[in-house]
Amino acid sequence: MKNTKITLAHGSGGKLTHELVKGLFLPSFTNTVLSQLGDSALLQLKDMNLAFTTDSYVVKPLFFPGGDIGRLAVCGTINDLAVVGARPLFLSAGFIIEEGLEMSLLEKVVCSMKEAAVFTGVDIVTGDTKVVERGSADGLYVNTCGIGIVDNTIHFSTALIEVGDKIIVSGTIGDHGMAVLSERESLGFSPPIQSDCAPLSGMIGNLIASGVNIKFMRDPTRGGLATTLTEIASTLQYGIVIEERNIPVKNGVRALCEILGYDPLYIANEGKVVVVVSEKDAVNARGILRQDEVGKDAEIIGEIVDEPSGRVCLKTAIGGMRIVDMLVGDQLPRIC
Amino acid sequence: MKYIDEFRKGTIAAGISKKMAALVEGHDRITIMEVCGSHTMSVYRYGLKNLLPPKLRLLSGPGCPVCVTSPDYIDTVIAMAQLTNSSSPAKKDIIIVTFGDMMKVPGSSSSLEIERAKGASVAVVYSTLDALRLAEKHPEKQIVFLGVGFETTAPTIAASVIEAERRGLKNYFVLTAHKIMPPVMRALLTDKELNLHGFLCPAHVSTIIGSRPYKFIAQDFHIPCVIAGFEPLDILQGIYMLLEQIVGKNACVKIQYSRVAKEEGNPTALALLEKVFEPCDVEWRGLGLIRKSGLKLRKEYERFDALTAFRIFDFGFRINPEIRNPKSAFHGCICGDILRGVRMPPECRLFKTVCNPEHPAGACMVSSEGTCAAWYKYGEAP
Repeated sequence: MKNTKITLAHGSGGKLTHELVKGLFLPSFTNTVLSQLGDSALLQLKDMNLAFTTDSYVVKPLFFPGGDIGRLAVCGTINDLAVVGARPLFLSAGFIIEEGLEMSLLEKVVCSMKEAAVFTGVDIVTGDTKVVERGSADGLYVNTCGIGIVDNTIHFSTALIEVGDKIIVSGTIGDHGMAVLSERESLGFSPPIQSDCAPLSGMIGNLIASGVNIKFMRDPTRGGLATTLTEIASTLQYGIVIEERNIPVKNGVRALCEILGYDPLYIANEGKVVVVVSEKDAVNARGILRQDEVGKDAEIIGEIVDEPSGRVCLKTAIGGMRIVDMLVGDQLPRIC
Repeated sequence: MKYIDEFRKGTIAAGISKKMAALVEGHDRITIMEVCGSHTMSVYRYGLKNLLPPKLRLLSGPGCPVCVTSPDYIDTVIAMAQLTNSSSPAKKDIIIVTFGDMMKVPGSSSSLEIERAKGASVAVVYSTLDALRLAEKHPEKQIVFLGVGFETTAPTIAASVIEAERRGLKNYFVLTAHKIMPPVMRALLTDKELNLHGFLCPAHVSTIIGSRPYKFIAQDFHIPCVIAGFEPLDILQGIYMLLEQIVGKNACVKIQYSRVAKEEGNPTALALLEKVFEPCDVEWRGLGLIRKSGLKLRKEYERFDALTAFRIFDFGFRINPEIRNPKSAFHGCICGDILRGVRMPPECRLFKTVCNPEHPAGACMVSSEGTCAAWYKYGEAP
């Protein structure tokens, strides 16, 4: 690869992360399951379909308005299972702890993990603990793996997407990224911006059970809504058009983005799902999402169109039109 | 949201768009330069091009401070950053402190992002006060702040120098590459290749310097100027005000952004600039040396000047050929022409082939406000 050192941008979930996955991990570990690059791996075992996923959490600071690393680690993995249509059942928890971490902090993190697991009916059934010397880690890192069962009748794929299908987002975007950033940089907004960190398995379970024609789902975490939509579009012969005025953004998040020069489309979410659903079921699907507290701000934000193939376009509120690309690098504050 | 939604109303935009079309009907092709990078970015971000008359051409000017920072400057910073990596017991370690946009700017061989990955101490801050806090927190280290930016940013750097003096900080230094706008606009106007009909003048720079410094453009060169804000309706109205002057064959300096920018500018900020800085000749990436177009610290504040404080030989770092690579990746890069507005990004053979936002070859790709980055990210309006 061209850059001989790993930079932070390799972990941003944007273009360099994709290069890393496609240039190194995928060719090295090559197999048909991995090559799907789903949020979870889908495994067929005799008469059962399993979903299996893993994620590591290195958030800084460990505690932020609306959540902490423990809640994040449980919810994130549950959500990766839920969006492929799985019912999450079991989690593992691996802790990498820096020497000197306050025991009380670890207890709080573990307590949040327990609460999130109990809430979603998931058992944490195996784990691991490692402690590294002071300075070799930043407080605490958590890894979780998750296993869930996918009903035999469920099959979501971008291959099912057709022109006219609608794009729904389950609520306001950018909350998590901006909550963590304002906490980390001590920006002191009052009231503080709350992370949306939440388990989505209940809401998604209800949506699936309703029988609406879901084509594909993904949770727009790192890289934000823009990156998720460009990932979806890149697998299609069709394009995606979204309408800026319909995309829900909280005022506080919008204000902070305006001040710092960020685009909310690229800011991370930890409690949102993007659903591609057939046109006739779109309003119904939005209604079902809205019945759940975590989906109360769900909106239909766009649709699948013929052109431009493989790309995402944004109709701006002012009446213009532009291309939306994947996140490049880390979003950096402007200097003028 | 208040102060946002009012400036992004689609119905008003459609109205201005219609009026513009009527105004330029039957007129020849018109070329306007938006000097500032934030204007460029807004034009793309809000998809404004399809609201403008087809015969109007917008050129992006040199108003992105990151883009016009010379490779030599970056090489110097990298040499300093590498020093922090070496074990020279006699000297204090340096922490390079910068606003985020500078991280990816290519020098002739490397960038701060790459150097940080290799282990150099580089801290990104949101405010110069954060840099002062670092200096207080690490008295055993030398804090070198990268003073890059136009008249908008420079007063905050000036304030940090005065504050550092007040706090008695001995380990805070600024490596200045500040630039000012009017001299480069003059240089552009004397460029025969450019056939400009109007300047959309920068919003934030003008809140500091006011409208008077642009007067020579209207008086001596008969080119209309409008100071416009960055919101989409600001830009549309600003362009409309320019078109009125161009069609009516007038040339004066008008302020569209009157809610912030005043004729006299911001006297407090101007006084700070005057107190701490003095004009100097400076190198602009792609444009060359432009007389009196930069700012350097005055003699009284010399001890805060990184270049003076770290005289190369005394300090023991060398900008060796590995850092200053004469055969750098810029070979073939047409950033200079793009900054002057005489060529467009797709005309560059590096554009999208070897030069992209992850691996920028030239400065216009580096900053999110750079012309090439805007073209890369948003493309032409679909």
